[in-house]
Amino acid sequence: MSSTTDTGASRPKQGLLAGLKQRIPILSPALVFIVIFATGGLLYRHFFSLQVLLNLFTDNAFLGIAAVGMTFVIISGGIDLSVGAVISTSAMVIAVVDQAGAGPLAGIPLALAFGAAIGFLMGCIIHFFKAHPFIVTLSGMFLARGLGYVLSWQSVPIGSRFYSQASQIGIPMGGILKLSVPALMFIAVVIIGIYIQRTTRYGRNVYAIGGNEQSAFLMGLPIGRTKIMIYTISGLLSGLGGVVLTFYTLQGYGNAAFGLELEAIASVVIGGTLLTGGVGSVLGTLIGVLILGLIQTFIAFQGTLNVYWTKIFIGMMLFAFILLQKAFSFSAGQRK
Amino acid sequence: MSNASATQTPGPRPARSRNIPPIVWPLLALAVILLFNLAFTRGFFSITVKEGHLFGSLIDILKRAAPTLIIALGMTLVIGTGGIDISVGSVAAIAGSMAAFMVRGASIAYLEEAAYATTPLLPVFAFALLAAAACGLFNGSLVAFVGIQPIVATLILMITGRGIAVLLTGGYVLALDHPRFEFIGIGYLLGLPFPFIMAVGVFVVLLLLTRLIPLGLFIQSTGGNSVASTYSGVNTRMVKLLVYLISGLCAGMAGIILTSDVKAADANYMGLWLELDAILAVVIGGTAMTGGRYSLWGTIVGALIIQSLTTTILTRGVQVQYTLIVKAVVVIFVILIQSERTREFLQKSRRKVPTSG
Repeated sequence: MSSTTDTGASRPKQGLLAGLKQRIPILSPALVFIVIFATGGLLYRHFFSLQVLLNLFTDNAFLGIAAVGMTFVIISGGIDLSVGAVISTSAMVIAVVDQAGAGPLAGIPLALAFGAAIGFLMGCIIHFFKAHPFIVTLSGMFLARGLGYVLSWQSVPIGSRFYSQASQIGIPMGGILKLSVPALMFIAVVIIGIYIQRTTRYGRNVYAIGGNEQSAFLMGLPIGRTKIMIYTISGLLSGLGGVVLTFYTLQGYGNAAFGLELEAIASVVIGGTLLTGGVGSVLGTLIGVLILGLIQTFIAFQGTLNVYWTKIFIGMMLFAFILLQKAFSFSAGQRK
Repeated sequence: MSNASATQTPGPRPARSRNIPPIVWPLLALAVILLFNLAFTRGFFSITVKEGHLFGSLIDILKRAAPTLIIALGMTLVIGTGGIDISVGSVAAIAGSMAAFMVRGASIAYLEEAAYATTPLLPVFAFALLAAAACGLFNGSLVAFVGIQPIVATLILMITGRGIAVLLTGGYVLALDHPRFEFIGIGYLLGLPFPFIMAVGVFVVLLLLTRLIPLGLFIQSTGGNSVASTYSGVNTRMVKLLVYLISGLCAGMAGIILTSDVKAADANYMGLWLELDAILAVVIGGTAMTGGRYSLWGTIVGALIIQSLTTTILTRGVQVQYTLIVKAVVVIFVILIQSERTREFLQKSRRKVPTSG
C-alpha cells in the first residue's frame, strides 16, 4: 500500500501541503542541486553557466544511463553490482570488433546484446534458484570483467571514422554550445525510464515486487518475468553505457568504469529511492546523478583539493540524504 | 562439526535433522579443489621445512587466506543478524594507512629510515584498531539506533573510507622499514605463518564469545526476527552494535596484516574488493544472507575455498586474464549447488519436501 502512494503512478487526491510532503524525496535533492549550483556560481566565475550544466549531462551520461537501470533494480528490492564491469566490457567488445575491421555498426549491437545477455542470465539465476542478487551480480561482475580481460589485456583503440563524425553532431544550444550525442542518449533513456515507470503495467509490477514480493505473487503478478526483465534491462542499459563510454574514451579498456556501480547506487539513493525497495523514481535518480557530477565539477573548479575529497563529499552527501529519508519516513509513519 | 551445524540451524525449518548438515557442501567443494590438485598439480601437497618454518602451496593458502578469513569471520556474525558490512575493505584501508602513518612517527613526511625503524608498536596497533573500532561503531550506530538498512549504512563508509585513508597517507604509497612490524604479515610462529595464527585466534575468540555467553543465540534470534527478539527481552540494538564493532575490528586487523605484508600502505588499492571476497566466503560457507543462522566453521571453509581456488589458478599457470572467469564460474556453481531449489529438486525423489517460505 505504502509502496504505491509514493510512486506518482497513482496519486491520491490530497491537499497541497500533503502533496508537497509526498514529494520531499524528490524535492530535497532538487533543492540541494540548486544550492550547490548557486554556491558554485557565487564562488567561481563561469560555474553558474549553461556550459557547466550541459557538461554535467555529457560527462555523466554513461553513469546516468546505468543508474536508470539500477533504479528499477533497487525499486524491486534487488541490487546490481555488475554495471561497472558490463560497461567496461561492452566498450571492449566494440573496440575489439572495430579492430577486426567490422566497424561500430556491428560492434554496438553486439555490445548491447552482451549486456542484455549477462543481465538475463543473472536474472534467471536470481529468480529460478532464489539466490541473493548481491552474490549473483557479484559473480556477474567477476564474469564480465574477466571476459573483458580475455578480450584484451591492454587497451584497444577505436579508430573508426564513425566516432569522429558522431562527436561533431549535436543539438546547437547557442554559440559553440551543443547538446552532445551522449547527453542526448542519457536524456532519452531518462524519459523512456520515467514513461515506463509511471504509465506501464511493468513499471507498477516493479514497485509491487519491491514493496512486498509475497503480496505481489498472491495478487497474481508475473514475478519471474518481471524480475528477469529488470536485470535484463539493467544489463542492456549498462551495455548502452559502454557504447556511450567509447564516445569519450575512443578505446576499450579492461579496467574502465572501475567501481562505477557504487556511484550508480549512490546516485539512486540520493535521488530518493529506498534500498529496501518499493519506493523511488527515475526522475530522482537523474537529479542524484547530476548532484554527483556537480560535486566533481566543484572539486575541479576549486583546484587545490585532492580528488579523493570527491569520495568524502559524495559519502557525506549520501549520509545526509539517508538521514533525511529516515526522518521523512518516520514523519510519514511508514516504517519498514 | 556436525554438532556445530546442528546447533546453528534453529528456527523456521523443522525436521532438518534428517537432512545433510549444510557444512557438507562447502567441504565437498574444498575437497574437489584439493583432489583436483592432488591429481593434476605436481608438488601441491608437498610441505617442506626450511629454517624451522613450513613451506608449500598449502601453507601459502593458509597465509594468503588470513586477511579475507579474519574479515569474513566478523562478517559472519553481521550477516547472522541479517545485516551486511560492505565497508570492510575501506576500513581495512583506513586501519592499514593509520598503522603506516603511526609507524612513520605520525607524519607523512619522508623521514630518514632510522627514525622510524624503532617506533614502539603499541601506539601503532592501538591507533589502527581504534580507527577501525570507530568505523565499526559508526556503522553499528547507524544500523542499530538510527535504523538505516545495513547495506546503505555501510555504503557510506565504503565510499568515504577510502578517501579518508588517502588523506592519512597524503596520497603517497607509504613504504615502511620496521622489522618488528613486518613480523605481523610475514613472520612465522610455531612453524606456521603468523597471519594464519591470528586468524585462528580470531576464530577461537569469536567461537568462545558466541558459545560461552549467549551472544550467538542472541545473534541468531536477532537475525531470525528482530522485532520478536526485542519483545522477548533481547537487546537487539546492543547485539547489532556489537557485531558491527567486531566486524570493524576484524577489518582493522586485516588492514594491519596487509600493510605489514607488503611493507607499504597504498590507500587506493589496499583491501580493494576485500568485502566481496569476504561476503563470498561467508555465503559459500553456508551462512544465509537473510540472517538467523550462521556458521563460523563454514566461513573458514569458505575462505579456504576461495584462496585454494586462486592459488590453484595461479599454480596451474592459467593465463592471468582467465582467473576472474574461472572464479566467477566456480562461485556461480557453488551458489547453484547451495540453492534451496537445487536441494529440493535433489531430495524430491526421496521424500516429499515441505515447502519453504
